[in-house]
Parts: sequence; C-alpha cells; structure tokens
Amino acid sequence: MSRLTVPKTYKLFIGGAFPRSESGRTYEVTSASGGFLANAAKASRKDARDAVVAARGAVAGWAGATAYNRGQVLYRIAELLEGRRAQFVAEIEEAEGVSRAAAGAQVDEAIDRWVWYAGWADKFAQVAGNANPVAGPYFNLSVPEPTGVVAIVAPQDSSLLGLVSAVAPALVAGNAVVVVASERFPLSAISLAEVLATSDVPKGVVNVLTGSPAEIAPWLASHADVNALDLVGAGALDWIELEIAAADTLKRVHRPEQGADAAAPTLERIVGFTETKTVWHTKSLR
Amino acid sequence: MTGTTLVAARERALAVLGGDPDDATLRRYLHGIPGVDAVGLEQRAAGLGTRSIKTSSKAWALDRIISLIDLTTLEGADTPGKVRSLVAKAQTPDPADPGAPRVAAVCVYGDMVSTAVEALGAAHGDPDDGAISVAAVATAFPSGRASLDIKLADTAEAVAAGADEIDMVIDRGAFLAGRYGLVFDQIAAVKAACRRADGTSASLKVILETGELVTYDNVRRASWLSILAGGDFIKTSTGKVQPAATLPVTLLMLEVVRDWHRLTGHKVGVKPAGGIRTSKDAIKYLVTVAETVGEEWLVPHLFRFGASSLLNDVLLQRQKLASGHYSGADYVTID
Repeated sequence: MSRLTVPKTYKLFIGGAFPRSESGRTYEVTSASGGFLANAAKASRKDARDAVVAARGAVAGWAGATAYNRGQVLYRIAELLEGRRAQFVAEIEEAEGVSRAAAGAQVDEAIDRWVWYAGWADKFAQVAGNANPVAGPYFNLSVPEPTGVVAIVAPQDSSLLGLVSAVAPALVAGNAVVVVASERFPLSAISLAEVLATSDVPKGVVNVLTGSPAEIAPWLASHADVNALDLVGAGALDWIELEIAAADTLKRVHRPEQGADAAAPTLERIVGFTETKTVWHTKSLR
Repeated sequence: MTGTTLVAARERALAVLGGDPDDATLRRYLHGIPGVDAVGLEQRAAGLGTRSIKTSSKAWALDRIISLIDLTTLEGADTPGKVRSLVAKAQTPDPADPGAPRVAAVCVYGDMVSTAVEALGAAHGDPDDGAISVAAVATAFPSGRASLDIKLADTAEAVAAGADEIDMVIDRGAFLAGRYGLVFDQIAAVKAACRRADGTSASLKVILETGELVTYDNVRRASWLSILAGGDFIKTSTGKVQPAATLPVTLLMLEVVRDWHRLTGHKVGVKPAGGIRTSKDAIKYLVTVAETVGEEWLVPHLFRFGASSLLNDVLLQRQKLASGHYSGADYVTID
C-alpha cells in the first residue's frame, strides 16, 4: 500500500507568524515544466498593511540592538540555511527547472551573501560614517542610522538568491523589511521565512508576502508608514508610477535592476537605506 | 449636560424595589434577577463583531466615534501642559482636516479640572450642542478605597471647579461582600454631591470596574444597583485593571439599560473604557449599541468611549478614507 503524500501549505510570514491571506485567496505555483507544485497564499493590500504594522513595531528593537548583535543574528541565519541546504536545492531545482548543480550553486551563493552582509553589520558605520573637519573647537561626527521600514519588491526571476540579495542589506543597518517575493518562485521565500522564524531574528523584522507584486506594490509605495522602497525586482511593473507614489511621502527609492548581476552585493545597498545623522560636540569642557 | 434629579431617581428606585434600599431588600431584588448565560452572551457579542461595514457606513462610524470619545489622560505624571495639549487635540483632532468632529469630553483627574476648563474657554459646554465638556474622575479613583467624606469632598471640589461630569468608582470590596445597601447609599451620596450651587447637577458616571467583579452575574447586579441608585451612566472600567472593557461585558450592560428603559421609560448611558484602541473594535461597539438599545443611543449623552489612543487610530482611518492610501503614526500627534 502506497503512502499518501503530505503536501505543505505555503502561507505568508507576518509578525513572526504564518497567517493565510486575509482575503482567503491562493494561487497555483507550477514547476518549470508546468506541473503543479503547491498553492501559495495570494496576499491582499490588507496583508501588506498588517505587515507594515508588524515591521513598524519591530524597528525600535532591531535598530536598537548593537551592531555586533545584529551581525551575530544575521550570521546565524546563514548557519541555519546551510543546515537546510538540501531542501532549498530540491525546491529550486523543481521550481526553476535548473540542474541540481546550478540549484546548489544558487543556494551556496545565497548563504555566502548572508555571511558577507552579516560581516558588514559592525563595520559599515566606520566606512560610511565620518569625522568631519570643522572650523571650531568641535567634534563633528556623521553616522548612518537605519531609515525604518523598507518595502522590497524582490527580483522576480530568482527563487532564493534574489530575495536574499535584496533583504539582507536592508537588515544590516537595522531596518525592518516587508518583502514581496517572486510571483513565479514564491516557495523558497516561505521556506526562508521558516528559517528566519526559527533563528534569532525578532518577530516582525522580516515580513514575507507572496502574490502579485503589481497588486501589492502600489499600496506599499503610497503607504505613509513605509520609509523606503526597493524596486529591485519591479522592472516589469509600472515602476515610474510607484516612484511617484513614493515621492508623495518622501521615501528613499531604489530603482529596478535587470540582468545576471542584479542586486549584486555592494556596500551601497546597505548605505542606501540609512539616514545620516550628524552631531556636534565640544572638544573641551574646561 | 445635567444629570437627573436625586428625588426622581429615588422615587423610581423605591417603585421598582418595592421598599427601602437596604441590604436585605437590594439583595432580594438583585439576586432575583436571572443569571447570565455566559456562553450565549459571548457568542452574541462575537456575532455582533463580524458585521461587514461598507465604506460609506465606515466614514459615518469614524466621525461618530470621534464625537463619542471622552479623551482621557489619567496618569500620575499629568501636568497642566499635558492637559492643555489634550484639550487642544479635543478641539482640533486632525489639524490637516478642519472637518473632523470634536470629541465629546476630556476626562482628567479632579485637580486638573480648572486647567481643562480654562484651556477650553468658549468651547466648554454640552457635547450635544457641539461643545466639549469636562469629565473628572473622583471618589478616590481608581481604587475607591477611602472614607465617604473624602469621596464626597473629592466630588464636590471637582464640580465646584467646573466639571460637567463625574466618573465615580463603586466600592468593589463592599459590593463583593454583599453590602449592596452601602454601595447604593454611597452612589446616592456622590450623586447629591454633584449638585451645583445653582441647583443644576453634574452628570454621574458610575464605574463598575468589571474586571474586579469576576462574574457576568455580578456585572449585571452592579449595573442594576448603579442605575437604581441614580447613576446617569454606567461605565465598565477605570482602565487601570485588566481586563478592562470587553464587548460581552458592554453588551450585558447595554441589555440592563434596555431593560431599565422598558421598565421605567428612563434612559441611562453606557461608557466602555479601557482597552479600546482600534477603529475596528470601536465600530463593533457601535454595532452592539445600535442592535441592543437602538441607534438613538449613539449620542454623547447616552454613549461614550473612554479612550486615549483610540482617537489616533480613528484619525489614521479617516486619512486613509480621504486620501486612498494608508497613513502612518507620523501624521498624528504623539500623546
């Protein structure tokens, strides 16, 4: 007698929990060859709203943690990803229809990027900050601080690597993230959320929505409680409109990137979601 | 707003009770009231919370919620400046939208009443006429553990300073010990202390502190007791004890108010307070009021929300309806 398969229910990741979409909607995720893989939750604007509330609540704690601590937490994600390597390789192989070797290379690259970004957590402020020369008996220091809640449209043509490349740099500085995963390849994003839920990342720091970026992104772009918008994976959308909507509430915006080296690891991706705070301090108190 | 007269209240109580309001009579009456079906009550409240509210109704509800709010600050750290900023917010809840209605009242400690009255100036008055009244908590709020003399002096001082409404706490210890006559007499005495020199009277809200009464049966009895003793409003909680206002408890109190109205033709107000922080929750209360006692209760002299953070959430929802996109905490005041 053959055993019945137990398929996984892929849900959203909001505030450290895995709710279904508020709308009750799902959509079919298919493999590269067109076969049925799973039903994924199709997030609505209200799920996006809830995710922003969760992210806003998490900003103070995450931004307030020491840079060293944030680095440790991010590094631990890489450790856990390594432990689940086989699962991610199998998922990517099935969804993207690539060879096992190519899927393995993608997972390895994703893990390496977590490690690379984790290392920056207690170092980027030294590079991006500055002691400014001023004509007076003062110290004048500039330090980068997290901007707050960052909404991300993840690269659409990659399961794991694109998502990691967009999410990790925003986390380094202490931002909380609401990310809309790839519409075609959402399953690895939710598996990554399971990794995040069991690592030391506080609830609400990362929130993952699956569904249609075209439907959700405008609500995030115009949301007054979102501080920055990363449109790295929004090339196929009407992203000019999104940029205009974001400008109404003075958001920082990263424009779409295309091609193989989209969202390549750079210090600029970290610093792009920070605000520079400059402080004056007297040199002598005599 | 003025409360009902003491004499009328006492006559009504005597007629309903059929005797003097002493411990024995009240005990016979209150324990004769049928018990509460707790499961049915909670199920009914949950059902009322699932109504679908369409956009146009929501816009109406949000404005109505604002006009029913007792904007409250009851902290040990309250300063005159904090009270003045509360009053400013009460008068102009959303500076970006002059069309936003004013709240019904500001609710402060007794010693802050004169500050609030002064800050309100010409805007001080009856919320039914679009003005803002001043409510003061009194009678050794929030515990109520003081002698009657102190409670009465507390009340009289707040009324003399210009308070239009007095939020008193009942002596929960006496109530739970079965001293119903004592609780009745205290409420009646505080009611008498609400009288002003010109013969009018401040409206009296009686706080049951339902979180300390433990059972629904007790809440129902305390509601009857407070109404019999002459309370113009019955209020769920001080906000200092958890659980504070819940939908089932408020529904239960509304049912008592409905039954009392059927019995005597007299209308008593209800004020849930504490723990109502979102527009979504507040709309559930509006639905519950409308379906239990009727829409005519959704006016400032018959229904209030005791709240502080609720107002900001309602303003965010109003902004969302007006602009079409979600608003954020940066667009309302920090309280």
